[in-house]
Amino acid sequence: MLTSVFFYLFAAILVISAIRVITAKNPVHAVLYLVLSFVTSSALWIMLNVEFLALTLIVVYVGAVMVLFLFVVMMLDIDVEAMRKGFWRNLPLAAIIGLIIVVEMIAVLVTKPLVIMSAPELANSSVSNSNQLGFVLYTEYSYPVELASIILLVGLVIAVALTLRKTNKNAKYQNISKQIAVTHIGRVEMIRMKPEVEFKLDEKEIAE
Amino acid sequence: MIKKFFKTFFLLELLQGLRVTWRAMLTPKVTIQYPEEKTPLSPRFRALHALRRYPNGEERCIGCKLCEAVCPALAITIDVHERDDGTRRTTRYDIDLVKCIFCGFCEEACPVDAIVETDIHEYHGEKRGDLHYTKEMLLAIGDKYEPIIAKNRAMDHKYR
Amino acid sequence: METLQNLLGNNLGYFIWYFVVAIIIVVPLTLFVAYLTFAERRILGFMHARLGANRVGPYGLLQPFADLLKFVFKELLTPHKASSAAFSLSPLIVLICAFLVWAVIPFSPEFAFAHVNASLLYVIAVSSLGVYGIVLAGWSGNSKYSFLGGVRASAQMISYELAMGFSLVGVLMVSGSLNLVDIVNQQAHGMLAGSLFSWNFIPLFPLFLVYLISGVAETNRAPFDVCEGESEIVAGFFVEYSGTQFALFMLSEYVNMVTISIMASIMFLGGWLSPFPVSWGFIGASGFGWLLIKVCIILFGFIWYRATFPRYRYDQIMRLGWKVFLPVTLVWIFVMGAWMVSPLNIWK
Repeated sequence: MLTSVFFYLFAAILVISAIRVITAKNPVHAVLYLVLSFVTSSALWIMLNVEFLALTLIVVYVGAVMVLFLFVVMMLDIDVEAMRKGFWRNLPLAAIIGLIIVVEMIAVLVTKPLVIMSAPELANSSVSNSNQLGFVLYTEYSYPVELASIILLVGLVIAVALTLRKTNKNAKYQNISKQIAVTHIGRVEMIRMKPEVEFKLDEKEIAE
Repeated sequence: MIKKFFKTFFLLELLQGLRVTWRAMLTPKVTIQYPEEKTPLSPRFRALHALRRYPNGEERCIGCKLCEAVCPALAITIDVHERDDGTRRTTRYDIDLVKCIFCGFCEEACPVDAIVETDIHEYHGEKRGDLHYTKEMLLAIGDKYEPIIAKNRAMDHKYR
Repeated sequence: METLQNLLGNNLGYFIWYFVVAIIIVVPLTLFVAYLTFAERRILGFMHARLGANRVGPYGLLQPFADLLKFVFKELLTPHKASSAAFSLSPLIVLICAFLVWAVIPFSPEFAFAHVNASLLYVIAVSSLGVYGIVLAGWSGNSKYSFLGGVRASAQMISYELAMGFSLVGVLMVSGSLNLVDIVNQQAHGMLAGSLFSWNFIPLFPLFLVYLISGVAETNRAPFDVCEGESEIVAGFFVEYSGTQFALFMLSEYVNMVTISIMASIMFLGGWLSPFPVSWGFIGASGFGWLLIKVCIILFGFIWYRATFPRYRYDQIMRLGWKVFLPVTLVWIFVMGAWMVSPLNIWK
């Protein structure tokens, strides 16, 4: 009873926030609604007893990816009015594309009807969900995991290679380790010397 | 180079810094707990103004307006008239302590040591006008604290 | 709990019981935080060779309450053109995320608000949410300074979360569990069991250091406090806040400090375990007192660093997080892996 109440509550929040993601005028608000939908979907997962996936969703998507998203969106200076200008003119094309996508999805569902599966039995509850997941990932599915990790690594290297182009020879870069390693040696020279001009008190001034 | 690397990597430099603050924590404290403890004041300390009188009760100020002229903050306002006995006296001598920067130029400029800055710094005003000191108030301060003022002048005498 | 459930029915009793437990955790924590601010002012003062706040009450002990009263009676200001919903929401987000973590933190093997199996994951997840409050606070204030503070905070917290997560991976490898209670209990076992030599911080010393330092960075404390750097961007993300909302930011900052400290003592310093062998009687017994002592020592460290180190430059912070801490943790995780499969394994 209580579980279903919470389920419908979370589901309603999820749907509303997902709709608001695409309808919100302010891009920052849209990102925040996306965060809200991630958090509620993670809550739904927790209700399905998959705490590892739920928490990983929060750690990875909410905690890192969306923060970067928000970071970028906040920095953009988006002129909302200019973006809405062509709305009515582009609407027919957009509607057609949207319709095609819907039809395709329906076609997929119709040709291969959904099998309503019963929820898998909860495995031995003395072992935690994350333990089981890890066990399966690194035994049964170890090749896909390794493959995925290599693909991610390639993506990472590509991202770095794309952005790290030192084409501009005149650009100045800081070498922080060099900056930190600086000591007085080679910068300040301590000299011992006699004063070049001897300081003399003027007799007249004293008299005055 | 390698020595430097190890020094940084094992946070030895940071530990050095932490040792300094740890030692500072154990040193005797220099705080002066103000209302109970006070620092000694120099006889030259410049705070609240006062107008002085001669020992016979005659006010010193002759209304030469030198202080008004020298005041960088334009805090002094003086009106002058000729008294019945033919001497030049002020009818108005106002100092706006809100404007005053306590530079002590008025004191330096005064030919008769009339306007002085005392070392009374514990005064306050509760309303906007409270720090606008008139001639009567300044004279009252001078009367009240004359011994202290005279003592401070005497102590500082040989350096003037 | 059973009596309450019998008295008030199953669900209601359950709720009331957890409400009471929550209050038992939150109220002392808030008091502790209040006195942490006081301790910080006194210790900082001592390190500057002055006395610090000592006027309100005996030895200044009522100072936190004086501060609180002052905050409460200040006017709440919302800047013109601020995004008002986000503006008033963000201090609450920060505070709620700071307190949510305490739901799973065990104070002794038995006492915790909720015994969650993946409690470590929960702690990481929830503490990563707090950055939203800070970023939102910076964005919604409609001020350059607070915006800069928010941007800096988001970049910094992401970078250091990574190093922090990796340093906790080492602990996970050793303990083989995501459960904080299990992690502490595991530290009582192993080859050198029974004293502080079996705690995680000795074999995992680089990770312990990385955790501590990135904990300082994560809570935006000096020397990593660029996001509120008062000398350049006034007060960073909370420039526009006043009164109670400002107090909420301060409260959550200090709660986060306590969270980092208690997590460090649970993960690396053996939690409630005594540093002495069990055979030593009273001081050998484990208990909440030991946890408290460890937390206080780490918190003292936080204050000590603040008194000692000048603020990092922003690009140096990024460099430290990505180019120093990440490689160090990865290398040490690798070393740990090699150590654990080698015959020299001390954790069996």
